[in-house]
Amino acid sequence: MSAASKAGVMELVRKTGLTGLFFLRLLRACIPALARPRLIIAQIYNAGARSLIIIMLSGLFTGMVLGLQGYDLLNRFGATEALGTAAALALLKELGPVLTALLFAGRAGTALTSEIGLMRATDQLTAMEVMAVDPMRYVAAPRFLGGLIAVPLLTAVFNVIGLYGAQLIGVQLMGVDHGIFWAQTQSALALKDVTEGIVKSVVFGAVVSLIAVNEGYHAEPTAEGVGLATTRTVVASSVMTLLLDYVLTAAFM
Amino acid sequence: MSDAQTASSPAVSDAVIDVRDVHYAVDGRPIFSGLDIQARRGLITAVMGPSGTGKTTLLRLITGQIYADRGLVSVFGRDVGALGGTELYAMRQRMGMLFQNGALLTDIDVFENVAFPVREHTDLPEPLIRKLVLTKLEAVGLRGAAHLMPGELSGGMARRVALARAIVMDPEVLIYDEPFVGLDPISLGVILRLVKQMNDVLQITSVVVSHDVQEISSIADYSYLLSEGRVVAAGTPAELARSDSATVRQFMTGAADGPVRFHYPAVDYAAELLETSR
Repeated sequence: MSAASKAGVMELVRKTGLTGLFFLRLLRACIPALARPRLIIAQIYNAGARSLIIIMLSGLFTGMVLGLQGYDLLNRFGATEALGTAAALALLKELGPVLTALLFAGRAGTALTSEIGLMRATDQLTAMEVMAVDPMRYVAAPRFLGGLIAVPLLTAVFNVIGLYGAQLIGVQLMGVDHGIFWAQTQSALALKDVTEGIVKSVVFGAVVSLIAVNEGYHAEPTAEGVGLATTRTVVASSVMTLLLDYVLTAAFM
Repeated sequence: MSDAQTASSPAVSDAVIDVRDVHYAVDGRPIFSGLDIQARRGLITAVMGPSGTGKTTLLRLITGQIYADRGLVSVFGRDVGALGGTELYAMRQRMGMLFQNGALLTDIDVFENVAFPVREHTDLPEPLIRKLVLTKLEAVGLRGAAHLMPGELSGGMARRVALARAIVMDPEVLIYDEPFVGLDPISLGVILRLVKQMNDVLQITSVVVSHDVQEISSIADYSYLLSEGRVVAAGTPAELARSDSATVRQFMTGAADGPVRFHYPAVDYAAELLETSR
C-alpha cells in the first residue's frame, strides 16, 4: 500500500471516528432538546414541509415512469394485472425511502449544513457558548431531530403520490383494469414490506441529518469552507444512503 | 513603564480577571509567552496591541473556550482551566461579551435576540421578560427597532443590540472584542459613551480589547499594550502617552517604522526584482 493511500485510509478512519463521537454528543444533547418541542417543530417545518413540493413532484414522476416501464415489462409476460403490486413493492421497499433521502439531502441537508456553517462563521455558535447556552442542544439537536422525523413522513407522501402516478399511467392510459390493479396490490403486500420501508426511511433520515449537521458544525468558518462542507453533505449522504440501502435490503431478505 | 514586571504590579486582591504568566501556542507557534494581565473590579481595562498579537485569543482564554498551555487564568477567583462543564457555564452566566460583528442570531428578531439569554436561563413570566428586554433596548436607544431582523440593522445598530443582549442578565464582567472597528464617527461615539455608562452606572468590570488607541484611551482606567505575546507596557492612558519606549510611541502615534515592522520578513527587495527564473 502506498504512503498516500495509507494516509487516505487513516484520514477516513479518523473522520468516521470523529463523526461517531459527534453522534454520541448529539444523542446526549437530544434528551434536553426534547423539552423544547417548539424548536423541533420549527425544524420539521423548515426541513420537511418546505421539501414537500419537490418530494411530491418527484414522487409523481417516479410513479408515472414505474407505470410505463412496469407495464412494458409485464406486458411481455402477459401479466399486466400485477402492475399495482410491482409498483407498490418497488416504491415501498426501495424507491420511496432511497429517492426521498437523496432529495432530502439535496434540498434540506445542504440548507442545514450551510446554515450551521454560516452560524459558525459569524460567531453565532461561539456567542451561544459564551452566553452559557450549549449550541449542541439549541442548534444541532433540534435540526437532527427535525430531519429524523421529517424523512419518514416525506417518504410516506412520496409513496402515496408515486402509487397514484403508477395508477394514473397503468390504469388510465394503458388500460389495466382498475379493480384488479388495487385488489392485486392489496393482497400481495405484507406488513413486512411496509416495515422494511419505514425502517429504511428512519435510518436514512438519521444518517442524512447527522451528516448535514456534522458537516455544518465542523465547517471551516470561511465562504470556501462552508461551500465545501455543503458539497460533502450531498456526496456523503448519497453514498451512505445507497450503501445502507443494500445492507438493510440484505438484512430484510 | 516599559517593563512588563513592574507594569503588572498593581495586581491586587480586587482583580476580577487575573491572567498570570500564561503561555499559549497554536501548532507550535507561540501566541503568548508569559502574559500577565489583571482587570480590577469596577474599572475599564483596555488591552491594546497591533493586529495578530492574540487579543481575541486572550478573550477566548478568559471565557474558557480554550485553555492556557501554562500559567493561570482565573476569573472571579477560580481557575478557569480547572472548571468542569457546569461550573464553566455558571461562570459564563456572570459575564457578558460583545463580539466584533455583534454575532446576533440571524433567524430571530432584535427583541428575541435580547430575550434569548433570559429565556434560556430563567423561567421568568412573559410580561417580565418583555419589560426587561425593553429596558435594555431603551438603554442602547433601540427600543423602536425591537421588531427588526438582524439583517435589517446597520453595523453600529447590530453592535448596540449585541450590547443590550450582553447586559440583559446583569453581568458582573463585560468583555468587548474590538467594539469600535468599522463604525462611522457617530456610531463610534455612541458605543464609546455606552461602554463608559455601563461601567459607571452598573459598576460592571469591563475589559476592552481594541487597537483604536485614541478612543479607548479616552475611557480606560488602565491600559495594557501587547506585542509579540507579552505585555510591553502598562499603565493609565496618561502614563502610556508619556512613555518613552519606542514600541509604545510607535503604537500610540501609528508610525509605520519602529520596533514593530511594517514589512513581513522577505528576501532582499532588489535581488527578488532582478531574479528572472521565477
